[in-house]
Amino acid sequence: MAASPTRTVLRTEVRLFLREPAALFWIVLFPALLVGGLGQVPGYRDPEEGVDGVPVIALYVPVAILLAMLLAAVSTMPVALAGYREQLILKRIATTPARPRDLLIAQYAINGGAAVAGGALAMLVVRIGYGTGLPGNAAAHLLALLLALAATLAIGGLISAVVPTARLATTVGAILLFPLMFTAGVWLPVSAMPDLLGDIVSLTPLGAAALALDAAGAGGWPALRDVAVLLAWTLGTGAIAARYFRWN
Amino acid sequence: MPTIEVRGLRKTYGTTVAVDHIDLDVAEGEILGILGPNGSGKTTTVECVAGLRRPDAGSLRVAGLTPGRDRDRLNRIVGVQLQQAGLQAKLTVREALELYSSFYEHPADGVALAERLSLGPKLDTRYGKLSGGQQQRLAIALALVGRPRVALLDELSTGLDPRSRRTVWEVVEDARAEGTTVLLVTHLMEEAQYLCDRVALFDRGRIVALDTPEGVVSRTRVPTVMSFFRTASGSASPAGAPDTAALAAIDGVERVRVREDGRIELGLTDEAVPEVLDRLAAEGIRPGRLRVVDATLDDAFLNLTSASADGTGAPGTGDTTEEA
Repeated sequence: MAASPTRTVLRTEVRLFLREPAALFWIVLFPALLVGGLGQVPGYRDPEEGVDGVPVIALYVPVAILLAMLLAAVSTMPVALAGYREQLILKRIATTPARPRDLLIAQYAINGGAAVAGGALAMLVVRIGYGTGLPGNAAAHLLALLLALAATLAIGGLISAVVPTARLATTVGAILLFPLMFTAGVWLPVSAMPDLLGDIVSLTPLGAAALALDAAGAGGWPALRDVAVLLAWTLGTGAIAARYFRWN
Repeated sequence: MPTIEVRGLRKTYGTTVAVDHIDLDVAEGEILGILGPNGSGKTTTVECVAGLRRPDAGSLRVAGLTPGRDRDRLNRIVGVQLQQAGLQAKLTVREALELYSSFYEHPADGVALAERLSLGPKLDTRYGKLSGGQQQRLAIALALVGRPRVALLDELSTGLDPRSRRTVWEVVEDARAEGTTVLLVTHLMEEAQYLCDRVALFDRGRIVALDTPEGVVSRTRVPTVMSFFRTASGSASPAGAPDTAALAAIDGVERVRVREDGRIELGLTDEAVPEVLDRLAAEGIRPGRLRVVDATLDDAFLNLTSASADGTGAPGTGDTTEEA
Protein backbone atom coordinates (compact mmCIF):
# COMPACT_ATOMS: atom_id res chain seq x y z
CA MET A 1 0.00 0.00 0.00
CA ALA A 2 1.27 3.46 -0.89
CA ALA A 3 2.04 5.87 1.95
CA SER A 4 -0.88 8.02 3.12
CA PRO A 5 -1.28 10.86 0.62
CA THR A 6 -2.22 13.23 3.42
CA ARG A 7 1.20 12.67 4.98
CA THR A 8 3.24 12.96 1.80
CA VAL A 9 1.34 16.11 0.82
CA LEU A 10 1.99 17.58 4.28
CA ARG A 11 5.70 16.76 4.04
CA THR A 12 5.91 18.41 0.63
CA GLU A 13 4.04 21.50 1.83
CA VAL A 14 6.37 21.86 4.83
CA ARG A 15 9.32 21.79 2.44
CA LEU A 16 7.73 24.46 0.29
CA PHE A 17 6.85 26.64 3.28
CA LEU A 18 10.50 26.60 4.35
CA ARG A 19 11.30 28.11 0.92
CA GLU A 20 9.23 31.21 1.73
CA PRO A 21 11.66 33.46 3.61
CA ALA A 22 9.19 36.36 3.81
CA ALA A 23 6.47 34.28 5.44
CA LEU A 24 8.98 32.73 7.83
CA PHE A 25 10.30 36.15 8.80
CA TRP A 26 6.93 37.77 9.46
CA ILE A 27 5.30 34.84 11.23
CA VAL A 28 8.18 33.35 13.18
CA LEU A 29 10.69 36.17 13.75
CA PHE A 30 8.82 39.46 13.55
CA PRO A 31 6.63 39.09 16.67
CA ALA A 32 9.72 38.19 18.74
CA LEU A 33 11.69 41.12 17.29
CA LEU A 34 8.76 43.41 18.07
CA VAL A 35 8.46 42.49 21.73
CA GLY A 36 12.26 42.30 22.01
CA GLY A 37 12.43 45.89 20.73
CA LEU A 38 9.58 47.11 22.92
CA GLY A 39 11.47 45.78 25.93
CA GLN A 40 14.11 48.40 25.21
CA VAL A 41 11.60 51.23 25.67
CA PRO A 42 12.42 52.86 29.02
CA GLY A 43 9.96 51.83 31.71
CA TYR A 44 8.29 49.01 29.77
CA ARG A 45 10.07 46.45 31.94
CA ASP A 46 9.28 48.23 35.19
CA PRO A 47 6.33 46.73 37.11
CA GLU A 48 5.88 50.08 38.88
CA GLU A 49 5.16 51.80 35.57
CA GLY A 50 2.95 48.98 34.26
CA VAL A 51 -0.74 48.19 34.73
CA ASP A 52 -1.70 46.76 38.14
CA GLY A 53 1.93 45.87 38.79
CA VAL A 54 2.36 44.01 35.50
CA PRO A 55 5.10 45.51 33.29
CA VAL A 56 3.94 46.76 29.87
CA ILE A 57 6.24 44.33 28.06
CA ALA A 58 4.41 41.40 29.69
CA LEU A 59 1.11 42.76 28.36
CA TYR A 60 2.58 42.70 24.87
CA VAL A 61 3.40 38.97 24.91
CA PRO A 62 -0.18 37.82 24.19
CA VAL A 63 -0.50 40.61 21.64
CA ALA A 64 2.66 39.35 19.87
CA ILE A 65 1.28 35.81 19.85
CA LEU A 66 -2.01 37.00 18.32
CA LEU A 67 0.01 38.96 15.77
CA ALA A 68 1.89 35.79 14.77
CA MET A 69 -1.47 34.05 14.31
CA LEU A 70 -2.82 36.88 12.15
CA LEU A 71 0.27 37.03 9.96
CA ALA A 72 0.05 33.26 9.39
CA ALA A 73 -3.67 32.71 9.04
CA VAL A 74 -4.83 35.96 7.43
CA SER A 75 -1.79 37.29 5.56
CA THR A 76 -0.08 34.09 4.41
CA MET A 77 -2.45 31.14 4.17
CA PRO A 78 -5.16 32.68 1.93
CA VAL A 79 -2.52 33.76 -0.61
CA ALA A 80 -1.18 30.21 -0.79
CA LEU A 81 -4.60 28.57 -1.07
CA ALA A 82 -6.00 31.06 -3.57
CA GLY A 83 -2.85 30.50 -5.64
CA TYR A 84 -3.36 26.75 -5.45
CA ARG A 85 -6.84 27.20 -6.83
CA GLU A 86 -5.79 29.77 -9.43
CA GLN A 87 -2.89 27.64 -10.74
CA LEU A 88 -5.08 24.53 -10.92
CA ILE A 89 -3.03 22.76 -8.26
CA LEU A 90 -6.22 21.79 -6.43
CA LYS A 91 -7.74 20.56 -9.68
CA ARG A 92 -4.71 18.47 -10.61
CA ILE A 93 -4.50 16.83 -7.20
CA ALA A 94 -8.23 16.04 -7.42
CA THR A 95 -7.38 13.52 -10.13
CA THR A 96 -4.93 11.60 -7.91
CA PRO A 97 -5.49 9.33 -4.91
CA ALA A 98 -4.66 12.39 -2.80
CA ARG A 99 -7.42 14.93 -2.31
CA PRO A 100 -7.53 18.72 -2.57
CA ARG A 101 -8.50 18.77 1.08
CA ASP A 102 -5.09 17.24 1.89
CA LEU A 103 -3.56 20.50 0.67
CA LEU A 104 -5.98 22.48 2.83
CA ILE A 105 -5.23 20.39 5.88
CA ALA A 106 -1.50 20.82 5.26
CA GLN A 107 -1.83 24.60 4.91
CA TYR A 108 -3.87 24.91 8.12
CA ALA A 109 -1.39 22.72 9.97
CA ILE A 110 1.70 24.51 8.68
CA ASN A 111 0.42 28.05 9.20
CA GLY A 112 -0.98 27.08 12.59
CA GLY A 113 2.37 25.53 13.46
CA ALA A 114 4.31 28.56 12.26
CA ALA A 115 2.08 30.84 14.36
CA VAL A 116 2.72 28.67 17.43
CA ALA A 117 6.46 28.83 16.73
CA GLY A 118 6.34 32.61 16.29
CA GLY A 119 4.29 33.05 19.46
CA ALA A 120 6.55 30.73 21.45
CA LEU A 121 9.64 32.59 20.26
CA ALA A 122 8.12 35.94 21.27
CA MET A 123 7.30 34.52 24.70
CA LEU A 124 10.80 33.07 25.12
CA VAL A 125 12.44 36.37 24.18
CA VAL A 126 10.48 38.22 26.84
CA ARG A 127 10.88 35.52 29.50
CA ILE A 128 14.59 35.04 28.93
CA GLY A 129 15.37 38.67 28.11
CA TYR A 130 13.19 40.42 30.63
CA GLY A 131 12.12 37.70 33.08
CA THR A 132 8.40 38.26 32.71
CA GLY A 133 5.39 37.46 30.49
CA LEU A 134 2.70 34.78 30.17
CA PRO A 135 2.05 31.82 32.36
CA GLY A 136 -0.31 33.03 35.14
CA ASN A 137 -2.75 30.24 34.57
CA ALA A 138 -0.91 28.06 32.04
CA ALA A 139 -3.88 25.80 31.28
CA ALA A 140 -6.14 28.80 30.74
CA HIS A 141 -3.53 30.33 28.46
CA LEU A 142 -3.40 27.14 26.43
CA LEU A 143 -7.18 27.10 26.11
CA ALA A 144 -7.36 30.77 25.10
CA LEU A 145 -4.52 30.38 22.58
CA LEU A 146 -6.09 27.31 20.99
CA LEU A 147 -9.42 29.10 20.63
CA ALA A 148 -7.68 32.16 19.18
CA LEU A 149 -5.73 30.01 16.72
CA ALA A 150 -8.89 28.22 15.61
CA ALA A 151 -10.67 31.54 15.08
CA THR A 152 -7.85 33.17 13.09
CA LEU A 153 -7.41 30.07 10.91
CA ALA A 154 -11.15 30.01 10.28
CA ILE A 155 -11.07 33.66 9.20
CA GLY A 156 -8.14 32.89 6.90
CA GLY A 157 -10.05 29.91 5.56
CA LEU A 158 -13.01 32.14 4.76
CA ILE A 159 -10.78 34.54 2.81
CA SER A 160 -9.30 31.53 0.96
CA ALA A 161 -12.79 30.35 0.12
CA VAL A 162 -14.24 33.52 -1.34
CA VAL A 163 -11.24 35.23 -2.95
CA PRO A 164 -10.52 33.93 -6.46
CA THR A 165 -6.87 34.92 -6.98
CA ALA A 166 -3.66 35.03 -4.98
CA ARG A 167 -3.32 38.70 -5.83
CA LEU A 168 -6.72 39.57 -4.41
CA ALA A 169 -6.03 37.41 -1.36
CA THR A 170 -2.93 39.51 -0.68
CA THR A 171 -4.99 42.69 -0.84
CA VAL A 172 -7.87 41.39 1.27
CA GLY A 173 -5.43 39.98 3.83
CA ALA A 174 -3.62 43.31 4.06
CA ILE A 175 -6.86 45.29 4.43
CA LEU A 176 -8.20 42.98 7.14
CA LEU A 177 -4.89 42.78 8.98
CA PHE A 178 -5.06 46.29 10.41
CA PRO A 179 -8.52 46.21 12.02
CA LEU A 180 -7.74 42.72 13.31
CA MET A 181 -4.43 43.94 14.77
CA PHE A 182 -6.26 46.87 16.34
CA THR A 183 -8.89 44.63 17.94
CA ALA A 184 -6.11 42.35 19.17
CA GLY A 185 -4.76 45.35 21.09
CA VAL A 186 -1.58 46.02 19.15
CA TRP A 187 -1.96 49.78 19.61
CA LEU A 188 -4.11 49.90 22.72
CA PRO A 189 -4.71 46.93 25.02
CA VAL A 190 -8.34 45.84 24.80
CA SER A 191 -8.75 46.02 28.56
CA ALA A 192 -7.67 49.66 28.43
CA MET A 193 -10.13 50.67 25.70
CA PRO A 194 -12.95 53.07 26.60
CA ASP A 195 -16.33 51.50 27.43
CA LEU A 196 -18.24 51.54 24.15
CA LEU A 197 -15.19 50.72 22.03
CA GLY A 198 -14.21 48.01 24.47
CA ASP A 199 -17.69 46.49 24.30
CA ILE A 200 -17.62 46.41 20.53
CA VAL A 201 -14.09 45.04 20.34
CA SER A 202 -14.95 42.33 22.87
CA LEU A 203 -17.36 40.94 20.28
CA THR A 204 -14.63 40.63 17.65
CA PRO A 205 -12.62 37.39 17.49
CA LEU A 206 -9.29 39.00 18.30
CA GLY A 207 -10.80 41.26 20.97
CA ALA A 208 -12.35 38.26 22.73
CA ALA A 209 -9.05 36.40 22.36
CA ALA A 210 -7.15 39.30 23.94
CA LEU A 211 -9.57 39.42 26.88
CA ALA A 212 -9.34 35.65 27.34
CA LEU A 213 -5.55 35.87 27.39
CA ASP A 214 -5.67 38.77 29.87
CA ALA A 215 -7.83 36.67 32.18
CA ALA A 216 -5.39 33.77 31.96
CA GLY A 217 -2.50 36.17 32.59
CA ALA A 218 -4.22 37.35 35.77
CA GLY A 219 -4.28 33.73 36.96
CA GLY A 220 -7.96 33.10 36.25
CA TRP A 221 -10.02 31.54 33.44
CA PRO A 222 -11.43 33.22 30.34
CA ALA A 223 -14.96 34.54 30.74
CA LEU A 224 -17.59 32.27 29.23
CA ARG A 225 -18.72 35.15 27.07
CA ASP A 226 -15.27 35.51 25.47
CA VAL A 227 -15.06 31.76 24.86
CA ALA A 228 -18.51 31.83 23.29
CA VAL A 229 -17.54 34.76 21.02
CA LEU A 230 -14.42 32.91 19.85
CA LEU A 231 -16.31 29.68 19.20
CA ALA A 232 -19.07 31.54 17.36
CA TRP A 233 -16.55 33.22 15.04
CA THR A 234 -14.74 29.94 14.42
CA LEU A 235 -17.86 27.95 13.63
CA GLY A 236 -19.55 30.77 11.72
CA THR A 237 -16.67 31.64 9.41
CA GLY A 238 -15.78 27.95 9.11
CA ALA A 239 -19.30 27.06 7.99
CA ILE A 240 -19.40 29.89 5.43
CA ALA A 241 -15.97 28.86 4.13
CA ALA A 242 -17.06 25.25 3.80
CA ARG A 243 -20.21 26.36 1.98
CA TYR A 244 -18.50 28.66 -0.50
CA PHE A 245 -15.08 27.10 -1.01
CA ARG A 246 -14.39 26.62 -4.72
CA TRP A 247 -11.99 23.91 -5.74
CA ASN A 248 -11.44 25.41 -9.17
CA MET B 1 -16.17 -4.38 -22.63
CA PRO B 2 -14.45 -1.12 -23.58
CA THR B 3 -12.14 0.41 -20.99
CA ILE B 4 -13.72 3.83 -21.47
CA GLU B 5 -17.41 3.96 -22.29
CA VAL B 6 -19.18 7.27 -22.88
CA ARG B 7 -22.90 7.22 -23.60
CA GLY B 8 -25.05 10.21 -24.42
CA LEU B 9 -22.74 12.61 -22.62
CA ARG B 10 -24.11 16.11 -22.35
CA LYS B 11 -22.68 19.06 -20.49
CA THR B 12 -23.75 22.68 -20.54
CA TYR B 13 -22.26 25.77 -18.92
CA GLY B 14 -25.12 28.16 -18.43
CA THR B 15 -26.74 28.43 -21.85
CA THR B 16 -23.66 27.17 -23.71
CA VAL B 17 -23.82 23.53 -24.73
CA ALA B 18 -20.24 22.31 -24.42
CA VAL B 19 -20.88 18.67 -25.23
CA ASP B 20 -24.05 17.35 -26.81
CA HIS B 21 -24.75 13.64 -26.82
CA ILE B 22 -21.28 12.18 -27.19
CA ASP B 23 -20.96 8.39 -27.56
CA LEU B 24 -17.43 7.08 -27.44
CA ASP B 25 -15.75 3.75 -26.67
CA VAL B 26 -12.05 3.29 -26.09
CA ALA B 27 -10.92 -0.32 -26.14
CA GLU B 28 -8.34 -1.68 -23.74
CA GLY B 29 -4.84 -0.77 -24.89
CA GLU B 30 -6.15 1.60 -27.54
CA ILE B 31 -4.86 5.12 -28.18
CA LEU B 32 -7.78 7.31 -29.14
CA GLY B 33 -7.22 10.92 -30.16
CA ILE B 34 -9.77 13.69 -29.88
CA LEU B 35 -9.39 16.38 -32.52
CA GLY B 36 -11.46 19.46 -33.06
CA PRO B 37 -11.54 23.24 -33.17
CA ASN B 38 -11.31 25.30 -30.00
CA GLY B 39 -14.49 25.12 -27.99
CA SER B 40 -15.71 21.91 -29.59
CA GLY B 41 -15.99 20.07 -26.27
CA LYS B 42 -12.72 18.12 -26.20
CA THR B 43 -11.53 19.19 -22.77
CA THR B 44 -15.02 18.99 -21.28
CA THR B 45 -15.26 15.37 -22.42
CA VAL B 46 -11.86 14.46 -20.99
CA GLU B 47 -12.65 16.21 -17.70
CA CYS B 48 -15.95 14.36 -17.41
CA VAL B 49 -14.13 11.05 -17.97
CA ALA B 50 -11.58 12.10 -15.32
CA GLY B 51 -14.40 12.77 -12.87
CA LEU B 52 -13.55 16.48 -12.65
CA ARG B 53 -16.90 17.53 -14.09
CA ARG B 54 -20.32 16.11 -13.52
CA PRO B 55 -22.23 15.48 -16.76
CA ASP B 56 -25.74 16.91 -17.11
CA ALA B 57 -26.86 13.75 -18.85
CA GLY B 58 -25.45 10.46 -20.08
CA SER B 59 -23.36 7.78 -18.51
CA LEU B 60 -19.64 7.20 -18.12
CA ARG B 61 -17.73 4.04 -17.27
CA VAL B 62 -13.96 3.82 -16.90
CA ALA B 63 -12.56 0.35 -16.27
CA GLY B 64 -15.95 -0.62 -14.88
CA LEU B 65 -16.03 2.34 -12.50
CA THR B 66 -18.16 5.46 -12.56
CA PRO B 67 -16.22 8.75 -12.57
CA GLY B 68 -17.30 10.94 -9.68
CA ARG B 69 -19.01 8.17 -7.73
CA ASP B 70 -16.06 5.75 -7.55
CA ARG B 71 -13.53 8.55 -7.15
CA ASP B 72 -11.06 6.78 -4.86
CA ARG B 73 -10.83 3.55 -6.83
CA LEU B 74 -10.77 5.38 -10.15
CA ASN B 75 -8.02 7.83 -9.22
CA ARG B 76 -5.69 4.97 -8.36
CA ILE B 77 -5.78 3.67 -11.93
CA VAL B 78 -6.09 6.88 -13.95
CA GLY B 79 -3.26 9.26 -14.83
CA VAL B 80 -4.23 12.74 -15.96
CA GLN B 81 -2.43 15.53 -17.77
CA LEU B 82 -4.37 18.79 -17.69
CA GLN B 83 -3.67 21.73 -19.98
CA GLN B 84 -1.79 23.30 -17.09
CA ALA B 85 0.40 21.03 -14.98
CA GLY B 86 -0.95 22.45 -11.73
CA LEU B 87 2.20 22.31 -9.65
CA GLN B 88 3.59 24.54 -6.93
CA ALA B 89 6.16 26.92 -8.43
CA LYS B 90 8.85 26.11 -5.85
CA LEU B 91 8.55 22.32 -6.15
CA THR B 92 11.52 20.78 -7.94
CA VAL B 93 11.10 18.25 -10.74
CA ARG B 94 12.48 15.50 -8.51
CA GLU B 95 10.15 16.40 -5.63
CA ALA B 96 7.14 16.51 -7.93
CA LEU B 97 8.00 13.04 -9.21
CA GLU B 98 8.49 11.73 -5.68
CA LEU B 99 5.20 13.25 -4.53
CA TYR B 100 3.19 11.82 -7.40
CA SER B 101 4.95 8.44 -7.20
CA SER B 102 3.95 8.25 -3.55
CA PHE B 103 0.28 8.42 -4.53
CA TYR B 104 0.30 5.13 -6.42
CA GLU B 105 0.84 1.54 -5.40
CA HIS B 106 3.21 0.42 -8.15
CA PRO B 107 4.77 3.55 -9.59
CA ALA B 108 7.30 3.62 -12.39
CA ASP B 109 10.82 4.93 -11.79
CA GLY B 110 10.11 8.65 -11.91
CA VAL B 111 13.70 9.73 -12.44
CA ALA B 112 14.13 7.31 -15.35
CA LEU B 113 10.89 8.58 -16.86
CA ALA B 114 12.08 12.17 -16.50
CA GLU B 115 15.39 11.30 -18.10
CA ARG B 116 13.63 9.73 -21.05
CA LEU B 117 11.74 12.98 -21.45
CA SER B 118 15.06 14.89 -21.38
CA LEU B 119 14.38 16.34 -17.93
CA GLY B 120 17.46 14.66 -16.43
CA PRO B 121 19.49 17.88 -16.12
CA LYS B 122 16.46 19.64 -14.62
CA LEU B 123 15.70 17.26 -11.76
CA ASP B 124 16.64 19.83 -9.12
CA THR B 125 15.11 22.79 -10.94
CA ARG B 126 11.94 24.30 -9.55
CA TYR B 127 8.79 23.93 -11.60
CA GLY B 128 8.39 27.70 -11.91
CA LYS B 129 11.85 27.97 -13.50
CA LEU B 130 11.17 25.41 -16.23
CA SER B 131 10.41 26.42 -19.80
CA GLY B 132 6.91 25.82 -21.12
CA GLY B 133 8.02 22.69 -22.95
CA GLN B 134 9.77 21.32 -19.87
CA GLN B 135 6.67 21.95 -17.74
CA GLN B 136 4.64 20.14 -20.37
CA ARG B 137 6.97 17.12 -20.34
CA LEU B 138 6.91 17.02 -16.56
CA ALA B 139 3.11 17.01 -16.67
CA ILE B 140 3.25 14.00 -18.99
CA ALA B 141 5.73 12.23 -16.71
CA LEU B 142 3.43 12.83 -13.72
CA ALA B 143 0.42 11.51 -15.65
CA LEU B 144 2.28 8.28 -16.40
CA VAL B 145 4.40 7.82 -13.26
CA GLY B 146 1.68 5.81 -11.52
CA ARG B 147 1.62 3.30 -14.39
CA PRO B 148 -2.07 4.01 -14.91
CA ARG B 149 -4.50 1.64 -16.57
CA VAL B 150 -6.02 4.68 -18.23
CA ALA B 151 -4.16 7.83 -19.25
CA LEU B 152 -6.11 11.00 -20.05
CA LEU B 153 -3.85 13.49 -21.77
CA ASP B 154 -5.19 16.94 -22.63
CA GLU B 155 -3.11 18.60 -25.34
CA LEU B 156 -0.31 16.10 -25.26
CA SER B 157 2.42 17.93 -27.13
CA THR B 158 1.25 21.53 -27.41
CA GLY B 159 4.31 23.77 -27.29
CA LEU B 160 6.86 21.01 -27.78
CA ASP B 161 9.57 21.10 -30.42
CA PRO B 162 9.56 18.27 -32.99
CA ARG B 163 12.25 16.25 -31.22
CA SER B 164 10.51 16.41 -27.82
CA ARG B 165 7.28 15.53 -29.54
CA ARG B 166 8.79 12.35 -30.92
CA THR B 167 10.09 11.42 -27.48
CA VAL B 168 6.68 12.05 -25.94
CA TRP B 169 5.05 9.86 -28.57
CA GLU B 170 7.49 7.06 -27.80
CA VAL B 171 6.78 7.36 -24.10
CA VAL B 172 3.04 7.17 -24.73
CA GLU B 173 3.53 4.17 -27.01
CA ASP B 174 5.59 2.46 -24.33
CA ALA B 175 2.84 3.07 -21.81
CA ARG B 176 0.37 1.51 -24.20
CA ALA B 177 2.69 -1.46 -24.69
CA GLU B 178 2.45 -1.96 -20.93
CA GLY B 179 -1.33 -2.02 -21.20
CA THR B 180 -2.33 1.58 -20.65
CA THR B 181 -5.43 2.75 -22.49
CA VAL B 182 -4.96 6.30 -23.74
CA LEU B 183 -7.47 9.05 -24.45
CA LEU B 184 -5.69 12.15 -25.68
CA VAL B 185 -6.60 15.57 -26.99
CA THR B 186 -4.45 16.97 -29.75
CA HIS B 187 -4.30 19.82 -32.19
CA LEU B 188 -1.63 18.18 -34.28
CA MET B 189 -2.82 16.06 -37.14
CA GLU B 190 0.63 14.57 -37.47
CA GLU B 191 0.43 13.46 -33.88
CA ALA B 192 -2.95 11.85 -34.39
CA GLN B 193 -1.74 10.11 -37.53
CA TYR B 194 1.42 8.83 -35.87
CA LEU B 195 0.07 7.83 -32.50
CA CYS B 196 -3.65 7.17 -32.57
CA ASP B 197 -5.40 3.94 -33.47
CA ARG B 198 -8.57 5.94 -33.97
CA VAL B 199 -9.48 9.59 -33.91
CA ALA B 200 -12.72 11.26 -32.92
CA LEU B 201 -13.26 14.52 -34.74
CA PHE B 202 -15.26 16.90 -32.52
CA ASP B 203 -17.21 19.85 -33.78
CA ARG B 204 -19.55 22.02 -31.69
CA GLY B 205 -19.92 19.43 -28.97
CA ARG B 206 -20.58 16.53 -31.28
CA ILE B 207 -18.52 13.83 -32.93
CA VAL B 208 -18.52 14.38 -36.69
CA ALA B 209 -16.16 11.53 -37.54
CA LEU B 210 -14.86 8.55 -35.60
CA ASP B 211 -12.50 6.26 -37.44
CA THR B 212 -8.87 5.36 -38.01
CA PRO B 213 -6.85 8.41 -39.13
CA GLU B 214 -6.80 6.99 -42.68
CA GLY B 215 -10.53 6.34 -42.51
CA VAL B 216 -11.27 9.91 -41.51
CA VAL B 217 -9.08 11.23 -44.31
CA SER B 218 -10.78 9.06 -46.93
CA ARG B 219 -14.16 10.31 -45.73
CA THR B 220 -13.50 13.82 -46.92
CA ARG B 221 -14.58 15.05 -50.32
CA VAL B 222 -10.98 15.76 -51.24
CA PRO B 223 -8.88 12.67 -50.51
CA THR B 224 -6.05 13.90 -52.74
CA VAL B 225 -3.90 17.00 -52.75
CA MET B 226 -2.12 17.99 -55.95
CA SER B 227 0.35 20.81 -56.17
CA PHE B 228 2.79 22.25 -58.69
CA PHE B 229 4.51 25.37 -59.92
CA ARG B 230 3.32 26.83 -63.16
CA THR B 231 6.31 26.87 -65.49
CA ALA B 232 6.63 28.48 -68.85
CA SER B 233 9.66 26.80 -70.38
CA GLY B 234 10.58 23.90 -68.16
CA SER B 235 12.21 26.02 -65.46
CA ALA B 236 10.73 25.70 -62.01
CA SER B 237 10.28 29.40 -61.43
CA PRO B 238 6.75 30.67 -60.85
CA ALA B 239 5.53 32.62 -63.84
CA GLY B 240 2.56 34.94 -63.57
CA ALA B 241 -0.84 34.39 -62.00
CA PRO B 242 -2.50 31.09 -62.97
CA ASP B 243 -6.09 30.78 -64.03
CA THR B 244 -7.33 29.28 -60.79
CA ALA B 245 -10.96 29.81 -61.64
CA ALA B 246 -10.64 27.57 -64.71
CA LEU B 247 -9.02 24.84 -62.63
CA ALA B 248 -11.65 25.16 -59.92
CA ALA B 249 -14.36 24.64 -62.52
CA ILE B 250 -13.11 21.12 -63.30
CA ASP B 251 -15.41 18.43 -61.97
CA GLY B 252 -13.99 16.90 -58.77
CA VAL B 253 -11.77 19.85 -57.87
CA GLU B 254 -12.94 21.06 -54.49
CA ARG B 255 -10.53 23.88 -53.87
CA VAL B 256 -7.67 25.72 -55.48
CA ARG B 257 -5.29 28.11 -53.86
CA VAL B 258 -1.96 29.70 -54.54
CA ARG B 259 0.50 29.36 -51.73
CA GLU B 260 2.79 32.18 -50.76
CA ASP B 261 5.73 30.64 -52.59
CA GLY B 262 3.68 30.48 -55.80
CA ARG B 263 2.89 26.80 -55.58
CA ILE B 264 -0.60 26.06 -56.85
CA GLU B 265 -2.44 23.60 -54.60
CA LEU B 266 -5.63 21.72 -55.42
CA GLY B 267 -7.81 19.56 -53.22
CA LEU B 268 -9.53 17.07 -55.47
CA THR B 269 -10.81 13.58 -56.06
CA ASP B 270 -8.58 10.90 -57.56
CA GLU B 271 -10.63 10.99 -60.76
CA ALA B 272 -10.00 14.68 -61.24
CA VAL B 273 -6.20 14.34 -61.27
CA PRO B 274 -5.85 13.31 -64.95
CA GLU B 275 -8.49 15.89 -65.86
CA VAL B 276 -6.38 18.63 -64.35
CA LEU B 277 -3.26 17.33 -66.11
CA ASP B 278 -5.10 17.29 -69.42
CA ARG B 279 -6.30 20.84 -68.89
CA LEU B 280 -2.81 22.03 -68.07
CA ALA B 281 -1.43 20.29 -71.17
CA ALA B 282 -4.14 21.86 -73.32
CA GLU B 283 -3.16 25.29 -72.02
CA GLY B 284 0.52 24.60 -72.63
CA ILE B 285 1.41 24.68 -68.94
CA ARG B 286 4.02 22.25 -67.69
CA PRO B 287 3.45 21.53 -64.01
CA GLY B 288 6.83 22.00 -62.32
CA ARG B 289 7.79 19.90 -59.29
CA LEU B 290 4.42 18.18 -59.42
CA ARG B 291 3.27 16.42 -56.25
CA VAL B 292 0.18 14.27 -55.92
CA VAL B 293 -0.30 13.09 -52.32
CA ASP B 294 -3.01 11.78 -50.03
CA ALA B 295 -4.83 14.49 -48.14
CA THR B 296 -3.68 14.73 -44.56
CA LEU B 297 -5.80 14.73 -41.46
CA ASP B 298 -5.36 18.51 -41.58
CA ASP B 299 -7.31 18.63 -44.81
CA ALA B 300 -9.95 16.33 -43.38
CA PHE B 301 -10.14 18.48 -40.28
CA LEU B 302 -10.80 21.62 -42.29
CA ASN B 303 -13.22 19.77 -44.48
CA LEU B 304 -15.28 18.14 -41.77
CA THR B 305 -15.42 20.77 -39.06
CA SER B 306 -17.22 24.08 -38.90
CA ALA B 307 -13.95 25.94 -39.46
CA SER B 308 -14.86 25.55 -43.13
CA ALA B 309 -17.59 28.09 -42.52
CA ASP B 310 -15.01 30.83 -43.01
CA GLY B 311 -14.39 29.69 -46.57
CA THR B 312 -11.17 27.75 -46.12
CA GLY B 313 -11.45 24.43 -47.87
CA ALA B 314 -15.04 25.03 -48.86
CA PRO B 315 -15.91 23.40 -52.17
CA GLY B 316 -15.18 25.25 -55.37
CA THR B 317 -14.29 28.57 -53.86
CA GLY B 318 -11.05 28.80 -55.79
CA ASP B 319 -9.72 31.01 -53.07
CA THR B 320 -6.22 32.38 -52.97
CA THR B 321 -5.85 32.45 -49.22
CA GLU B 322 -2.36 32.48 -47.85
CA GLU B 323 -1.13 29.43 -46.06
CA ALA B 324 -1.90 29.58 -42.37
